[in-house]
Amino acid sequence: MELKSHEPSGPIEERWTEHKAHGKLVAPHNRRKYTILVVGSGLAGGAGAATLGELGYHVKCFCFQDSPRRAHSIAAQGGINAAKNYQNDGDSVYRLFYDTVKGGDFRSRESNVYRLAELSVNIIDQAVAQGVPFAREYGGLLANRSFGGAQVSRTFYARGQTGQQLLLGAYSALERQIDAGTVEMFPRTDILDLIIHDGRARGVVTRNLITGALETHMGDAVVLATGGYGNVFYLSTNAKGSNATATWRAHRRGALFANPCYTQIHPTCIPASGDYQSKLTLMSESLRNDGRVWVPRNPEDATKDPRKIPEKDRYYYLEERYPAFGNLVPRDVASRNAMYVCDDGLGVGNAIDDDGKRRGVYLDFSSAIKRLGRKTIEERYGNLFEMYERITGDDPYETPMIIYPATHYTMGGLWVDYNLMSNIEGLFVAGEANFSDHGANRLGASALMQGLADGYFVLPFTVGNYLGTVRELEPLTEKAVKAKLERDPNYSKAQADEQLARIEKLSDKHIREVNERIEKVMNAPEPTHAPAWFARKLGTMMYKWCGMSRSKEGLEQALVEIPKLREEFWRTVSVPGDTDEMNPTLENALRVADFLELAELMCRDALHRDESCGGHFRVEHQTEDGEAKRDDEHFSYVAAWEYTGDLKAPKLHKEPLTFEYVQPSMRSYK
Amino acid sequence: MAETQTLTLHVWRQKNANDAGRFETYKAEANEHMSFLELLDTVNAKLIEEGKPAIAFDHDCREGICGMCSLVINGYAHGPRERTTACQLHLREIFKLGWKEIWVEPWRANALPMVRDLVVDRSALDRIVQAGGYISIRTGSAPEANQMPVPKDVADRAMDAATCIGCGACVAACPNASASLFTAAKIAHLGLLPQGQAERMTRVRKMVAQMDAEGFGGCTNHGECEKACPKGISIDFIARMNRDFLKAMAAARDDVKTP
Repeated sequence: MELKSHEPSGPIEERWTEHKAHGKLVAPHNRRKYTILVVGSGLAGGAGAATLGELGYHVKCFCFQDSPRRAHSIAAQGGINAAKNYQNDGDSVYRLFYDTVKGGDFRSRESNVYRLAELSVNIIDQAVAQGVPFAREYGGLLANRSFGGAQVSRTFYARGQTGQQLLLGAYSALERQIDAGTVEMFPRTDILDLIIHDGRARGVVTRNLITGALETHMGDAVVLATGGYGNVFYLSTNAKGSNATATWRAHRRGALFANPCYTQIHPTCIPASGDYQSKLTLMSESLRNDGRVWVPRNPEDATKDPRKIPEKDRYYYLEERYPAFGNLVPRDVASRNAMYVCDDGLGVGNAIDDDGKRRGVYLDFSSAIKRLGRKTIEERYGNLFEMYERITGDDPYETPMIIYPATHYTMGGLWVDYNLMSNIEGLFVAGEANFSDHGANRLGASALMQGLADGYFVLPFTVGNYLGTVRELEPLTEKAVKAKLERDPNYSKAQADEQLARIEKLSDKHIREVNERIEKVMNAPEPTHAPAWFARKLGTMMYKWCGMSRSKEGLEQALVEIPKLREEFWRTVSVPGDTDEMNPTLENALRVADFLELAELMCRDALHRDESCGGHFRVEHQTEDGEAKRDDEHFSYVAAWEYTGDLKAPKLHKEPLTFEYVQPSMRSYK
Repeated sequence: MAETQTLTLHVWRQKNANDAGRFETYKAEANEHMSFLELLDTVNAKLIEEGKPAIAFDHDCREGICGMCSLVINGYAHGPRERTTACQLHLREIFKLGWKEIWVEPWRANALPMVRDLVVDRSALDRIVQAGGYISIRTGSAPEANQMPVPKDVADRAMDAATCIGCGACVAACPNASASLFTAAKIAHLGLLPQGQAERMTRVRKMVAQMDAEGFGGCTNHGECEKACPKGISIDFIARMNRDFLKAMAAARDDVKTP
């Protein structure tokens, strides 16, 4: 299989415009004849469903929550980047493009990233017109802040709730289309399989989470916008329901999974407080603008009141090691350094690992409070301080926060071309669920940008381009068969009936397969442990062997242990209750079963990528100062894995990465 | 050392909307740093190991922003701590109050029908938004974002309303099961901004009509909603909605949509 990225050629700043100029369109009166299935209702899925509906397509949108407004995009705190250059500080589309390619450690596709930077400005216009209440200056114009190591102020924000406000914008557009009848919404619905017919993605198998009913929905194109797979680590900043089932099931049906080992461990999260911990909470990266990160120089000070440790005994390790960027180094660098100091036994706090080392560092605002006054700090971070206090019981105005890195985002995902279409015709993948824009490390405030660019601006064109190219697809819904019968004088009633029978057979076959899987998980021979027990065990393994630092030995061990755990799962998982009712244990069991397979692919990918890049850090490949050392000669490619039916032997396909504009260089933040 | 206690939980169990429903009692080992939902997790882990159906409760982000969690804890929607969702309620707060015995119930309102155990159907809230809780702007036709300045205090006020997470605690806390605070917050968010003016009058009429059609009660100024709201949204917005509604009705009589 040759991976064709379908990138346009020519000057990079003209590629998207040119691509659109030569694409196929679907005429307005024909759009309603096409059904598009959109899975997920976050920034990518919600914006995509709303815009496709607005264009006149018949859209069905699915989410597992009780309302599309609850998708996990809602939890993004800090902001969204856009190259508006409102601050006159030298920003441009090109600079945002450059920063994103460099930040991704030269492991992303230039054309995609440029388009993302280009569309960033349209997103802000769109969101403001929808009524997203971004922060403003006294003159009434939009305010910006610097974020995550950027040297310009290009981040737009709505207090610490930017994701919420952008999602509510997309949600309101979606609800408007639901009211208009162009979008049918299916909340509390899990997607348990993808239906491929004649080599094209044509449908999904759903489980109604209230009644347990299994159904199929057929259409002309399928969009997966289901987010990332960070919950493979169990403790992550993802929502509890975030899962990889739809993408993993698509992978098992033939969609390539690209760069699964690229995961982002966010440096500023609240550490776990005990083994009952169910998730970790992020503290916005914006805190690093004013907070100083340190640990005591002497291990014996670990339990001492930090306020009583004199300056000379404090190790401001980021400021010392990276004088140019200091506390604002990119996420992967900040996380790794927190790990190093804790490995050295300098950690603080009550989270203690198996080796007896404390896993926490201080994030201290005392000098900022002294310099700027408590009021300013309150204005900037009030809601975050409140959140911290609520979770830990400590007051960050009085005593430093204790933070530690946690899994936050996954850059890997299903492989897509420039049109966001996977190697399966008609299967589109958007937002965090695809692999496309962030390379090996995502910069702050760029996830919201990508989700919305994909949803509002890319998919509405590329899905249309696909449908305009294939024109007529075999009718797979009753409605489509009926329409064909009315339209086509050569199509007989007998043919139509035959087609309906064929559809039913296709549908039954898929439902039967899903049902077998459900029966299997409900009836393990020795039911002993809850699904969450396995998820927690898997997460511990992944943090240990496929987390912030990875080694050949560790990954090889993981590849022995994960299949063992998977075997134990299918033998001893306990799922009480019935299948024909709301059953949260069953929902979780099916998701955990898929994580247990995906985890193995992540480790395999991490083992094969014998270099360090961005969030993927192989201990064998580092500079003398412990920085990631890339190997462009051998690894400047996208690793896209094909499922072969044997989890132990996925097939690797490579899409070479070429850089015409940003020459790969050693990332340095010194 | 973290403080631990054994708590007695009386949890509402109901198989589905047709089942009568009852409290069932569980003992749970509580740690002061646990969240309330993590306490339910430990109860569930035990139930599952014993082969009994787990307690169904809505939850997702567990950081107080998605609005999914929805528990009435000892009579308080989202529990006793103000401006805190159930997922962000940590047990040290419960320990401080000296509660040893806790009753956990779902939101109760006719417009929010029972699904199972602690889970209810909140789609009525979505339908209120469908009725007009948006600005009709076609993707791609937006003007340049800085073309229309919005005074900072107006934007801030709109944000105060827009912060609503749609959890429905206002309905659960209201003796009339009114959704006025939810509806008013959306109306204020959009109605305060210059972008939202074109549809301001039709929006308030349609959303209020939908709220009534869903069977939510009327507002009689108890103020329980504001107290229960995890985002501290002010009931001033309800007064504002009522003013806009009157204006809109008067305008409708004059056959003008915008006053």
